[in-house]
Amino acid sequence: MTHWLITPIVIPGVLAALIVLAARFHLRLQRVFSLAGSLVGLAIAAGLFWQTSDGTILLYQLGDWQAPFGIVLVGDRLSTLMVLLSALIAPLILLYAIGTGWDTRGRHFHALFQFQMMGIMGAFLTGDAFNLFVFFEVLLIASYGLMLHSGGTERYRAGLQYMLYNLLGSTLFLFALGTLYAETGTLNMADLAARLATPGIEHTAGLRVASVLLLLVFAVKAAVLPLHFWLPSSYAEAPGPVAALFAIMTKIGAYGIIRFYTLVFPPDLTVTQGLFDTWLLPASLVTLAVGMIGVLGTRRLDRAVAFSVVGSMGMLLASVAVFTPEGLAAALYYAVHSTFATAALFLIVDLVRDRRGAHGPKLEAAPTFPGGALLAGLFFVSAIAMTGLPPLSGFLGKLMVLEAATADPLVWWVWAAVLGSSLIAVVGFSRAGSTVFWKSHEVNAAHAATVDEPEDEQGADEPHDPPAREPALPMVAIGGFIALLVAMTVLSGPLMRYIEDTTAQLFDPAPYISTVLETPGKTIEYHGDSHGQDDAHEGAHVSAEDAATKTQKESH
Amino acid sequence: MELLVASAVGVLTAAGIYLVLRLRTFPVIIGTSLLTYAVNIFLFASGRLAVNQAPILRDGVETYTDPLPQALVLTAIVISFGMTAVVVMIALGAYLSADDDHVNLREEGQPEPARLDEPDAPRPGDGATREALQ
Repeated sequence: MTHWLITPIVIPGVLAALIVLAARFHLRLQRVFSLAGSLVGLAIAAGLFWQTSDGTILLYQLGDWQAPFGIVLVGDRLSTLMVLLSALIAPLILLYAIGTGWDTRGRHFHALFQFQMMGIMGAFLTGDAFNLFVFFEVLLIASYGLMLHSGGTERYRAGLQYMLYNLLGSTLFLFALGTLYAETGTLNMADLAARLATPGIEHTAGLRVASVLLLLVFAVKAAVLPLHFWLPSSYAEAPGPVAALFAIMTKIGAYGIIRFYTLVFPPDLTVTQGLFDTWLLPASLVTLAVGMIGVLGTRRLDRAVAFSVVGSMGMLLASVAVFTPEGLAAALYYAVHSTFATAALFLIVDLVRDRRGAHGPKLEAAPTFPGGALLAGLFFVSAIAMTGLPPLSGFLGKLMVLEAATADPLVWWVWAAVLGSSLIAVVGFSRAGSTVFWKSHEVNAAHAATVDEPEDEQGADEPHDPPAREPALPMVAIGGFIALLVAMTVLSGPLMRYIEDTTAQLFDPAPYISTVLETPGKTIEYHGDSHGQDDAHEGAHVSAEDAATKTQKESH
Repeated sequence: MELLVASAVGVLTAAGIYLVLRLRTFPVIIGTSLLTYAVNIFLFASGRLAVNQAPILRDGVETYTDPLPQALVLTAIVISFGMTAVVVMIALGAYLSADDDHVNLREEGQPEPARLDEPDAPRPGDGATREALQ
């Protein structure tokens, strides 16, 4: 057993502690550690991705304990794809934060960033439901700190809402896990899957409750209507690089749904019948519509982007809710694409917000600002990607979603929602872009005409932090995201083949389950009880029925 | 025993949800902590209720209680305790910087709330301010 699988979790964790303890007052050292750590993480993630690309399932038993008793980390195609995705966006966001000086506007940016990466990687890699909860909390508590980075009244208040909402989400998660444990007596995902596959268990009401509660928890994280209210204001108020990092956080909710409802509650299980076609699909279509209408309706650029995140999550989950291999493949492609597009848009919006001074993110005509033309171009490209216009990857993703929906009975609803909301989003983004970037020239012309009239807008002309020279790093970061989007479009063939293999693996969970449960590890050998056949777990495999009778016995 | 635990979980959850739906941060935070108490008891009961039973395998002991929920509850307590502490600090920060402890964000275009240090400003808690803020 090699230790590579745990390194994406351990490295950021150790680095974060090191940054807090040893490099507390050395900004340059913090930057070096943080960036180097995320680059090493990227290399390891690429290695894991390559290792699992032939269908291998990597297993890491913590403390070498046998699977249902110890916590395991599992790396299959889906996990390593998501790990690679997070590892790709991390260094770019760090470059941006360093280039714009966001990490100097408050304390401990890099430490919190590394803790957040630790939580994200852990959530993608863990094979244990309770451990998933713990990693959720790790990434959430780091995200609270990042969200409030550099402070400010509005940010505090949005952060408070974000925290309270997620606190309730965590409570709900615990209720779901408690119900699941009460019904099955295990929290290891593979073991759960094996036990739910035993006949006779699937008719219990408790399991149905647990599956619905879990879906709700992941829906909160994925911002599905009507549980999306935390997202727009917290993403809009968060610092730019943090909002870009949060682009991966909604995907964790989607990952949870995909993981749990292919592995633990497979589609042919009777307890989860109707969960997707009756509830999730309509909810995600409404999410899609509301998100894109929000893009058009809001009067702030950052909120427009935040609403487009809601909309893209609706699109993603609509594709998940179709629940065919094609649907999941489209959803995964769209997830990767929308992470890059969202991150790029948030970084651009952050630069715009900074440079427009007093006008900030408001959608109103303001004088031109330095670097406006370049930013306008970048915004144009990212908005094309986000709204799913050709030629970028958003269009391909949307096309695949539409194609996957043809098999579904609600196909016309899906088509209407996807196409209609795309139109609304296009209108919304063009209005936002033209107001922010084009109308500023008209304002300049008006200024030139009434040049002898010093207005109070004069103050707004000067960005409050005028960059002496155009810093290159932020543009490199944004350009990196756009390059990734272009690469996704150009290499969509190989990427789609990989994603199709991924969904094939998801719909055939037997190798996953047997790898987790049958890999030998340490067990407790216990002899000397009078009726020892229940308690002596000799050998590697404990059958589900055996353990179930044990639970029954304990309950009486 | 079952009735006691079940009603404790039910009452705590109901009270917690009521408080969470309030407008100001203080009752909301109390509500979230009540909800975490409820979920802790719920988790504890998820391994079935057993009184005076040993959780660890030993010679001569015939019946056991399930040790895993106890470990889960311990984790959940630590996490919820830490989270509550953080949310109290952030709520204080939000209150002190905005002079307003409502959970809702101010709408666009809504006037700033009256500062407390202005002598003739309506105090928070009296009807006029509440209407103005809602």
